[in-house]
Amino acid sequence: MRVGAAIDISAPSEAVWEYVSDPERYLHFMSGVTRWEVVSDEPRGLGARYRMLFRVGSAEVGGLIEVIEYVECRDVAWTSVTGLDQRGRWRLRERDAGRTHVELRLSYGVAGAGLFGSLAERVAAPTVRGHLERTVQQLKRQVEQEQTRRKAAARRAARAGAP
Amino acid sequence: MAQTGIADRAARNGHAGDTGRGLVGRLAAGLAEQVTSRIPVADLDERDPDYIRETLPRQWLLSSLYFRAEVRGLGNIPETGPVLLVGNHSGGNLTPDTIVFTLAFCAYFGVERPFYQLAHNLVLSMPGLSFLRKFGTVAASPENAQTALDSGAALLVYPGGDHEVHRPSWEGHRVDFDGRKGFIRLALERDVPIVPVVAVGGQETALFLSRGRGLARSLRLDRLFRLKVLPISLALPWGLNLGDMLGHIPLPAKITVEALPPLYLQEEFGPHPDVNEIYDHVIRVMQDTLDALASERRLPVIG
Repeated sequence: MRVGAAIDISAPSEAVWEYVSDPERYLHFMSGVTRWEVVSDEPRGLGARYRMLFRVGSAEVGGLIEVIEYVECRDVAWTSVTGLDQRGRWRLRERDAGRTHVELRLSYGVAGAGLFGSLAERVAAPTVRGHLERTVQQLKRQVEQEQTRRKAAARRAARAGAP
Repeated sequence: MAQTGIADRAARNGHAGDTGRGLVGRLAAGLAEQVTSRIPVADLDERDPDYIRETLPRQWLLSSLYFRAEVRGLGNIPETGPVLLVGNHSGGNLTPDTIVFTLAFCAYFGVERPFYQLAHNLVLSMPGLSFLRKFGTVAASPENAQTALDSGAALLVYPGGDHEVHRPSWEGHRVDFDGRKGFIRLALERDVPIVPVVAVGGQETALFLSRGRGLARSLRLDRLFRLKVLPISLALPWGLNLGDMLGHIPLPAKITVEALPPLYLQEEFGPHPDVNEIYDHVIRVMQDTLDALASERRLPVIG
């Protein structure tokens, strides 16, 4: 099953990238995520591994995932090593200056689970989609608030610096 | 491969049945022998992670949609190494708390983590339930429990067993291990932590009326099948359900399960701990949690 969510954020792609490339921030904006633990030596970049779980229905599902694509300020994609089969991607594209289109994609399932597997995927889809939508909304709010704070700090600094 | 020792013991019991009175006694003894011969020898290798993984979506559907289950505190379970999970048991011969917890455990830690459950001999010798062995269910015996823990696995036990599982529905919010303390000796011997696992809601899946202890004794079931109860309940689709041998259709009661922080017995109770003191402590913390979970419920079944 493939689900996704997209949103436009009023910030340059570098500012959004700070959030989506930093595993320490995931628990603060990713909805439904109950664990996001770095298990590789490198916390980010190609080959970084995380143990992640998110709550769907009566269980926390997920497992070990590995980053398989990492292009600064543009793309980070992962695939599952153990646990639920999944493939996910953050896709960032700066359309106009200071405005970034953010997409979060996730395809998931259990290979070999047959009819009940596809039924479970469909039953879970609205919950998973809801989590992804809340995630991009929370990301937007946090990034834009951070932008506002930085601009205000810059203005204060400019005023303080002026004679 | 572990030889259970149960088969021998049960065979002796079955043999004892031969001395029973007349035809009924001999028939029962014959049946007991049949059952005994079906009790599988515990082989930890029978657990099949691929099978478990492929059936998780089915369990997830049952657990999420039918029982609207919620499992809390899985983070309390030590991440690695052997651990003894001690649960209160509910729901007659069809125990939704086990399904819900097994799913949650396997999803949380991954099917790669070895995880076994002890079950009554009769459950494992029931035709059609052999798939349970692929889930890691082994016959309940001290030998099997030790083998599982020695292999570094997590082991789920329900000390209350058939006594607790058939308690009347109005005692649904009571932890009742019937004074069985074997699990504590096991944890002390193997030096493994105990994680209490408390579940609520299972006793609302049917109207359980009586354990039928006297009935079981007068029919000599305790000697023939190690069965101390012959429960009486009102359950779907049978109406009046005597014995619950064929199972029943559980009502979709909301199930909530909570795993509590681990108890490291030697650290908390000293190098030569008193088994009775530990037993009282485990029962107390589980009963307190069950009371808290019960107070969250407003209506039976609906939750």
